[in-house]
Amino acid sequence: MVAIRTKPDPQSYTFPGFGTDKFPNLMLRGAGDLDNWHLKAYEQKHEGYAAMKKALKMEPVAVTEEVKTSGLRGRGGAGFPAGLKWSFMPKDTPERKFTRYLVCNGDEGEPGTFKDRVILEYNPHQLIEGMIIGGWAMQCQLGFVYIRGEFLWLIEKLEAAIQQARDAGYLGKNILGTGWDYDILVHRGAGAYICGEETALLNSLEGRRGEPRVKPPFPAAKGAFGQPTTINNVETLAAVPPILRMGGAEYAKIGSPKNSGTRIFGVSGHVKRPGIYELPMGTPLNFIVEELAGGSSTGRKIKAIIPGGSSCPMLDEKDFDVPMDFDNLKARGSMGGSGGIIVMDEDTCIVQATLRLIRFYAHESCGQCTPCREGCNWMEMVLYRIEHGEGRMEDLDLLAGLTPRIGLRTLCPLGDAACGPMDSALQKFRHEFEHHITHKTCYAKGSRLLSQVGAH
Amino acid sequence: MNHPQPPETSPEPLAPGQRLPESERKEFSPEALAEIQAIMARYPDKMAACLPALHIAQREFGFISLAAMKAVARAIGIPEGHVFGVATFYTMYQKAPVGKYHFQVCTNISCALRGAAQLLEKVCEKTGVKPGEGPSPDGQWSVEEVECLAGCSMAPCIQVNHDVYDELVDEQKLIDVMEACKRGDYRPWAH
Repeated sequence: MVAIRTKPDPQSYTFPGFGTDKFPNLMLRGAGDLDNWHLKAYEQKHEGYAAMKKALKMEPVAVTEEVKTSGLRGRGGAGFPAGLKWSFMPKDTPERKFTRYLVCNGDEGEPGTFKDRVILEYNPHQLIEGMIIGGWAMQCQLGFVYIRGEFLWLIEKLEAAIQQARDAGYLGKNILGTGWDYDILVHRGAGAYICGEETALLNSLEGRRGEPRVKPPFPAAKGAFGQPTTINNVETLAAVPPILRMGGAEYAKIGSPKNSGTRIFGVSGHVKRPGIYELPMGTPLNFIVEELAGGSSTGRKIKAIIPGGSSCPMLDEKDFDVPMDFDNLKARGSMGGSGGIIVMDEDTCIVQATLRLIRFYAHESCGQCTPCREGCNWMEMVLYRIEHGEGRMEDLDLLAGLTPRIGLRTLCPLGDAACGPMDSALQKFRHEFEHHITHKTCYAKGSRLLSQVGAH
Repeated sequence: MNHPQPPETSPEPLAPGQRLPESERKEFSPEALAEIQAIMARYPDKMAACLPALHIAQREFGFISLAAMKAVARAIGIPEGHVFGVATFYTMYQKAPVGKYHFQVCTNISCALRGAAQLLEKVCEKTGVKPGEGPSPDGQWSVEEVECLAGCSMAPCIQVNHDVYDELVDEQKLIDVMEACKRGDYRPWAH
């Protein structure tokens, strides 16, 4: 028995009005309380496992229908409707019986994103409950939770929580007399951002290099160990128990049209109160940054915001009023992504920030597709040259010409993800790049985002 | 794909079929072998035990040398080349020795906005080692520059061995963490 870590963390989880009808508290119940991960606390304080008991009395198809009605969209980044994804799983026929798996994607590696960590830290039972409901809806035999290797203490906590659920009879053989056998295995990753892509995650789960697979066949046809598989994000699965508890139609009323429910936003960077905020979809970005997170921490004006983790194109001042949901962000030329809001103030050099982001993608490219493997490295080299005062004016056209040759030309979205920040930085902050080339220094004064040592 | 290559354990590269010298061979302890066997039984396919077994190897041997990869391949019964491919793909498998306290400093965007570059320089100055240079002469410290550790709101953020520490905005916090390491408050690298 390993000791469960009891280190409190100082980030904020709550704000005035949280838990009321305006800002419903569906996923962060008890966040901040370190004993909240116990089964007892979850059952007694937060209506725990009530949704599971309700779901197990329903037909599996009816559970999927309920999730479809709720309009829940995947919280991993793409925003694909979760209920629709569940309905792709093949059903048993008299001629053929399938072995189906449910995989939970907890490989949280997107810079600026730290929502899954909070769910695993304070509410692991809600994820387990969501996985049991999902497993029942698709009649899966086994569930896997893939968690990034750095979260060792969270893996220990989740395993202890799963053991509590097993002892309570919610996992194992013949769950609550339904005759259905189901268990959850925790799989530890080993530090590869690319394993957040669903087919790369499956390869990693099978003990291979985490390289994305060619689609089709899609995971619903041929996934983990060659069997039909559904992959959902931690946050998506944690949103399932509230849906069953309150009913899909009721859940669909929260948030904005076609983007129902609440979402966990993580605010980081130059703000006074960085932290985790659970808000209905469609909450305006400037309300989150100015009202909840307290505005700029440095007293300087906010220049750029990345609205959903590092892969999303940056927004400048004129788009700070965007309602934070998948469709509205797409209309403004960005993405919903994984909900990590990164705020940069006026004294941040965009060239340095872009170089740091592109260096990340060049480092994390799996090396399978040439456009991404070579293209990201070239972008990094050209940006390095500009940052160090050796840039030429034609480099900007070179960079602008590189991104369409990477985006949409690779097996997985990592190449596209690298193009998002690059393109948007060039479009919206071109004068900073030009200043770097002509003056050989930063446009913003005193910005130092890159260290003198290391650099991979 | 800018990952460092694993070190060659002998000065001459091994020819196909050639075996490592006796002194460089590694064997799992019976307890570790039993642990790997138990993991293999949990999955539908034994190859899935590859990543967990490499984690166990890192815990047992300190880092993933060529010999450790071969031991993993023997324990699971899969080709050595496959284990080599997997071990070199993932950055958390250290392919060279690290110190007793391995500092992993996140320098990605959210941390960088709040002074991660300066923190990395400070860590290097205090420990006397540079990223990617191996442990300090006394074997206590090593430093690595890593990508996002999901501690963005409490940036800058470092991970010491297997635990994450955040809010390292001032120098005193870093000194506290290093003092705690010296007292042995934290799990050592190979625990």
